[in-house]
Amino acid sequence: MLLYILKRLVAVTPVAFGVSLVCFLLVHLAPGDPLSAILPADATQATIDEMRAAYGFDKPLPVQYAIWLWHVLHGDLGVSIATGRPVLGEVTRAVVNSLILASVATLIGFTFGTLFGFVAGYHRNSILDRVASAISVFGVSVPHYWLGMVMVIVFSANLGWLPPTGAGPDGSGNWRPDFEHLRFIILPAVTMSVIPMGIIARTVRALVADILAQDFVEALRAKGLDEVGVFKHVVRNAAPTALAIMGLQLGYLLGGSILIETVFAWPGTGFLLNAAIFQRDLPLLQGSILVLAMFFVALNLLVDVMQTALDPRIERA
Amino acid sequence: MSANPNAPAVELVDLKVGFGKVEVVDGVDLRLERGQAMALIGESGSGKSVTLRAILRLFPEGRSRTRGKIAVAGRDVLALSKRELADFRGHVAAMIFQEPLLAFDPVYTVGRQITEAIRRHEKIDAAGARQRALALFERVRIPSPERRLDAYPHEMSGGMRQRAMIALALACRPQVLLADEPTTALDATVQIQILLLLRELQRDLGLSIILVTHDLGAAVEVADRISVMYAGRIVETGTAHQVVLDPHHPYTIGLLRSRAEGALAKEVDGKRARLQTIPGSPPDLANRPAGCPFAPRCFLAIDKCRETPPSVEVGGGHLAACWRTEEASAAYRAGPQPVRAEAAA
Repeated sequence: MLLYILKRLVAVTPVAFGVSLVCFLLVHLAPGDPLSAILPADATQATIDEMRAAYGFDKPLPVQYAIWLWHVLHGDLGVSIATGRPVLGEVTRAVVNSLILASVATLIGFTFGTLFGFVAGYHRNSILDRVASAISVFGVSVPHYWLGMVMVIVFSANLGWLPPTGAGPDGSGNWRPDFEHLRFIILPAVTMSVIPMGIIARTVRALVADILAQDFVEALRAKGLDEVGVFKHVVRNAAPTALAIMGLQLGYLLGGSILIETVFAWPGTGFLLNAAIFQRDLPLLQGSILVLAMFFVALNLLVDVMQTALDPRIERA
Repeated sequence: MSANPNAPAVELVDLKVGFGKVEVVDGVDLRLERGQAMALIGESGSGKSVTLRAILRLFPEGRSRTRGKIAVAGRDVLALSKRELADFRGHVAAMIFQEPLLAFDPVYTVGRQITEAIRRHEKIDAAGARQRALALFERVRIPSPERRLDAYPHEMSGGMRQRAMIALALACRPQVLLADEPTTALDATVQIQILLLLRELQRDLGLSIILVTHDLGAAVEVADRISVMYAGRIVETGTAHQVVLDPHHPYTIGLLRSRAEGALAKEVDGKRARLQTIPGSPPDLANRPAGCPFAPRCFLAIDKCRETPPSVEVGGGHLAACWRTEEASAAYRAGPQPVRAEAAA
């Protein structure tokens, strides 16, 4: 197993380099000059050239990439053009906040998703199945920023139970696991959990129905297992795929939550990306995309390893 | 759950199993004495596998109807509570499935699945259960059994898997073994090994076996008695000798004549007889013809066949459900010349 993990790590390295190249180039493909955001409109050509040289934008792209990559490999993502603070610190803080939010949302989504999925899979075409399926379709298809606004209107504006925006009472961007901070995470996490819940519910329903239709379930009953005994086998067979979906969902939520983080002003990566794009903060944009992409690569690796550990039919080659 | 030691191993009386509007098993009577092996043969869709599964009540109650009497070793199976049923399955009667690759859970080792069955029915610790599983693997002659216990189903060969499946079925020392086409998915050379193993186990352990198969050769190899099923009914039953050498039902005759060995053995005018098939196809069970279900395909059919034929005794314990058992028997002894079959072809 250890050997397998090592092999996977080696295989992931070229992917990581490819990702870094795409991150770097993608930002350069976008129109506009990154310096226009910080330079006054009437700056002289000499000032512009000077700034260009200072940020290294005057060199050819391959050289820029090599320099950038060299710094990245040393843990230096550059300095934000807009704030002047190191990109690494900004991104780390945002990633931690997003990770917390995405984890809580995935946990809620996974719990309810598997619950609905199992109920629907076990009672296919019954009323229970229809209700569970309706909820999951709603989860996948409802616009999340709209759902977020509705949640804010109902629970913050009308009922006044929960704070509508931010990550904590002090307005700072650091979330801590205490009661006051917990109140702030409920609304965005629940809103966000609706996406993975729907997807996981539908996947698990199909999985469970498929497993229950297999011959070995009849064989388990034939050897005297009761429904609880059979259920354990169903769970063990559904686990690898369900966990893989959960891991991928966590990855999507980490980077794909711009709308929800903006609605709730949650100081995470989505919020940061949003700011970086509008301010044309090139180093910040590159840095946060790179970190997010690397997270995704790492999650995929983790899911692969987990699946291989759980399903003996996958070759550990 | 008091079990009469003199009760037959399996007794089915007017067993009917229906799904929706279709009666797949339509009044089966069957009696298997203790220590006997019976083969249930017939075409696909004749209801033989359904009969077998009904003995363990494996069909979900909501989507199926089972009526009649099922008694296994003196227990009234249809009267068992859910809990009693789970205790009964695997412990009194166990099942061997057609495709062992699909009948094992793919994500557990084979050994784990056998110890699971043992520990489900008996109070025994994990080490003891593993010891039992190891002994079972040796009993069914799996090479390097210790290592095979830790193998996953997909890591074994087909023959080995079926041996492991037999070990699983024997794990809780059942009295009755229900084998659903146990050799169909295997290579011809492996088939005979498995059949011989079944025969040996049956004799050594005093098992009662019902073997469902469409292979007459397999039936003769293992079974003391043979019952022939057609369209959800048993049309002929008797000892293996009686049914194979002296058939009295036109359908049994058709089955015997459609075998390659039969055609090779019988030479007519110095030429090999052509392999004969039964014309037509089995009836649609939703629109069952009145009377004898085989009549539309039968070379001896007469008007009387529109009435359901009774089972008549044509020899000691040899029964055939046909109006024309005499004519059928005479036609078989006269050689391969069925009239209707040629005309229909």
